[in-house]
Amino acid sequence: MRRLWRWFLVLFVWRAAGESDEDGGERPPRIVPEGPPSPRAEVVVVALLALAALSAIGFIVVYALDRLPYQTQYLGLTLGGAFAFLAAALIVTAHHLVVTEELEDEYGTAQPEAAAQVAQVVSESGSRLRRRRLLAAAAAVATTAIGLAAVVPAASLGPIYDLNRFTRTPWRRGRRLVDQHGRPIPAAAIHTQELFTAFPEHADPEEISAPIVLLRLEPDQLHLPQGRSGWAVDGIVAYSKICTHAGCAISLYRTPLFPPVDEPPGLVCPCHYSTFDPQTGGTVVYGPAGRPLPQLPLMVDRRGHLRAAGNYSGPVGPSWWGVRNREVSS
Amino acid sequence: MIERTTTTLEERSHTAPFGLKALRYLFPDHWSFLLGEIALYCFIVLVATGTYLALFFDPSTAQTVYHGSYAPLDGAHMSQAYRSTVHLSLDVKAGLLIRQTHHWAADVFVAAIALHLMRIVFTGAFRKPRELTYYIGLSILGLALLEGFLGYSLVDDLLSGMGLAIAYGVALSIPFIGANFAALVWGGPFPGSAAFWSRMYVAHVFLLPILIGTLIALHLFLVSSLHHTQFRGGRRTEKRLIGVPSFPGQAPRSLGLMFAVFAALFLLGGLVQINPIWIWGPYHVADSTNGAQPDWYLGWLIGALRLMPGFDVTIAGRTVIPNPFWGGVLFPSIVFGALFAWPALERRLTRDRHPHNLIDRPRDAPNRTGIATAILCWVFIIFMAGSADRAYVLLGWSYQTQIEVYRVLVFVGPVVAWWLARRICVELLSNERVEARRQAAELEAEQAAGRG
Repeated sequence: MRRLWRWFLVLFVWRAAGESDEDGGERPPRIVPEGPPSPRAEVVVVALLALAALSAIGFIVVYALDRLPYQTQYLGLTLGGAFAFLAAALIVTAHHLVVTEELEDEYGTAQPEAAAQVAQVVSESGSRLRRRRLLAAAAAVATTAIGLAAVVPAASLGPIYDLNRFTRTPWRRGRRLVDQHGRPIPAAAIHTQELFTAFPEHADPEEISAPIVLLRLEPDQLHLPQGRSGWAVDGIVAYSKICTHAGCAISLYRTPLFPPVDEPPGLVCPCHYSTFDPQTGGTVVYGPAGRPLPQLPLMVDRRGHLRAAGNYSGPVGPSWWGVRNREVSS
Repeated sequence: MIERTTTTLEERSHTAPFGLKALRYLFPDHWSFLLGEIALYCFIVLVATGTYLALFFDPSTAQTVYHGSYAPLDGAHMSQAYRSTVHLSLDVKAGLLIRQTHHWAADVFVAAIALHLMRIVFTGAFRKPRELTYYIGLSILGLALLEGFLGYSLVDDLLSGMGLAIAYGVALSIPFIGANFAALVWGGPFPGSAAFWSRMYVAHVFLLPILIGTLIALHLFLVSSLHHTQFRGGRRTEKRLIGVPSFPGQAPRSLGLMFAVFAALFLLGGLVQINPIWIWGPYHVADSTNGAQPDWYLGWLIGALRLMPGFDVTIAGRTVIPNPFWGGVLFPSIVFGALFAWPALERRLTRDRHPHNLIDRPRDAPNRTGIATAILCWVFIIFMAGSADRAYVLLGWSYQTQIEVYRVLVFVGPVVAWWLARRICVELLSNERVEARRQAAELEAEQAAGRG
C-alpha cells in the first residue's frame, strides 16, 4: 500500500514538476515528444474515472439486492454505464493528455533471398536421398492412409449408409390416432374450418414422420389422386404435418370464407410459405416446395375413433436425392 | 519504478526490443479502420459472456416437465436445454443480462465483420500483399455465421427448432450425398439422436470459438507483419507509412473504443430485449409459428429460400436436386465463392500484380466499386425478400405480390446498382479533374498577376 502511494506521489510530482529536473543533464533524448499539460482535462478524466467506479459499485449493489423490479435493466445500465465512463475517460485522455504524433515508417518489402534460403535448406536437407520420388510416394501413401484412418471413425456419428430410417414411419394399418395428450380422436370431433394435430398412439411424437394434420372438407369437393378414393372418411383427410420443402411444421390453415370466390383451402408452412391443397391430395399450389404433402389413409373403428388405414403416400419431410423413388415402411 | 519493471522483465525474457517495436507500431488514422477492431472487442465479450452462460446451460434434449417460476409455462413438456435457458434467464441473477448481451454481441460481431469486409472490398485493401489476411477474414465471417446459428439453435425454443429443421432440409438437399451427410451430422433423421445436441454444443463452445480465435490471431499477425494500408494523401506513398504510434497515441483511442463497445453491448443487453425464449415456448417437431425470423445475419438465406419458385429438379421421375439447395447451398456458395475469388480475378482482369499499400477511395476504381455494389445490392434485395411476411403483417402488402416484385428486382436491381455506382464514381473523378485544372489555372493566373 505504501509503495503504491509512493508510486502515485512520484507520478504526480513528476507530472507537476514537469521539466524542472531536466537540468540533471544525464537524461537520454526524448522519444515521445513533449506536449503542453492540460490540468482541466486531467480533472475531467479523474471525474469520469470516479463516475465509472461509482457505476461499477452501483452494479454490485443492484446485484446484491433481492426482488428488485427491473433488475436486469439496472444491471445493464450500471455495468454499461461503468464501461461508458471508462471509455469517455480514455477518449479524453487520447485527445488532451497524450501526444498524438504522426510518425513515419517504411513498409517492409518481400525478401526473396530469405525465401530462397528456406527453399535451399529444405532441398539440401534432402540431398542424401537417392530415390526421392519413391520416398515421396511412400510418404504420401502413408500419410493418406493414416489420415483416412483418423477420419473413418467419424462414420460412427450417424447411420451414414442406412437411409431406410428416412422412410420408416410409426404408422401402419390399424394404428389409432391420438391428440397431444394421448387421447383417441373421435371422427365426430373433427370440424370443418379447423386444423387438428394428431399423433400415432404409443409412438414417439418427436419423430419427424409422427405428426399429422386432420381436416374435414366437403366430400364432394375432394379430388384425391387415383387409388386414394377410400383414404378420406366422411371428408376427413390426414396429411403429414411436416413440410416437404424444409421440414417445418405446417401450422397454418387457410379456409375459404366465401368458397365461390375465395381461393381453395390451403395448408401453409410458416417458414417459407409453401402452400398445399388438401382437396387434391396435398399438391403444391404456392411456394418453394417441390413435392406434394404425403397423405395418410384413414378409417374409423367400431367406437368411432380415427385410425390409420395404411402408411403415407410418400416419404415424409424435406426431399433428398432419389426421394421420389422411395416408399415408406412401417 | 517503471524502468525497474521493464528492466526486470527484460532480464528474464529478452523481449524489450520486441516490446519497443510494438509500442511504436504505427496506425494510419481513419475511422473506417476501426470496424475490424469493433468485431474483435465483440469477440472478447462473446467469450466472456459465453463462458458465464455455459456454467448454467444444460445441453441435453432429455424431456422434462416445467414447474419453475414462470407460470405460463407450468406443466409444459420441454428439453433440459430449453428449461435451463429459461431458468438462467428468469431465476439466475444477472443471467438475463449476460444472455442478452451475448446475443447482442453476436449480432454486432457479424455486423462489424460485414462492414469491415465492405470497407476492405470497396477500397481494394485485399490486393497483394494482403490476400491471405483477406481469405482468413472471410473464413472468420463464414465461421461466425455458423457459430451464431448454432448458438441460438442450442436453446431449443420454438424458433430455434424451426431453424434447425430448415438447416436439416438444406443439408438433405445437397445432391447425391445430402441424405448421408444429414444422417451423419444429425445421427439419423430429424430431429436427430440425443448426441446431436452434444455435437452442436461442443462445436459452439469449443471447436468454433477456438478456430475463430486462432484465425483472429493469424489475421492480426498478418496485419501487423504487413502493416496497415493507408489512404493516399500528404506524404504517404507506397513505401512510406504515416501513422500514430500504438503508444501513447493509439492505445487510449483503441481502449476507449473497446470500452465503448463493451458499454454499448451491456446497455443493449440490459435495456433492449432480444430473443425472449420464454414467450416463444419449447420446440416440438409438430409445432411452428407464423412470422418467424432468424437473426439478421441469416436473413439473406431465408430470403433466398422464399424467393425460389417451387420445383425439385427431377430426371425421369427421380429427384436430383431438391429445392432448398438453390437458396440454402448454392446462393451462399456463390457469394462466398465470388468473395474468395475476387483478389485473383482482379489480379487477372486488371493485370495488376504489384503490391499495394495505398488503398483506393471507392471512386478511384469505378469497375470494382460497380461490381461490388451490384453484389451487395443483390444480397440486400434477397435479404429484404426474407422479411416479406413481416411487411405483409405490418403494412398489409400482399405476400405473393411482394415475392413477385422481388423476383424481378433480383435481376434488375444489381444491374441498376452497377450502372449507378459506376456512373457516380466516374462523375466524381471527372469533377475532381475539372476542379484540379481550375485550381492550377487560378494559381497560374495569380502567379502571372504577381509577375505582372
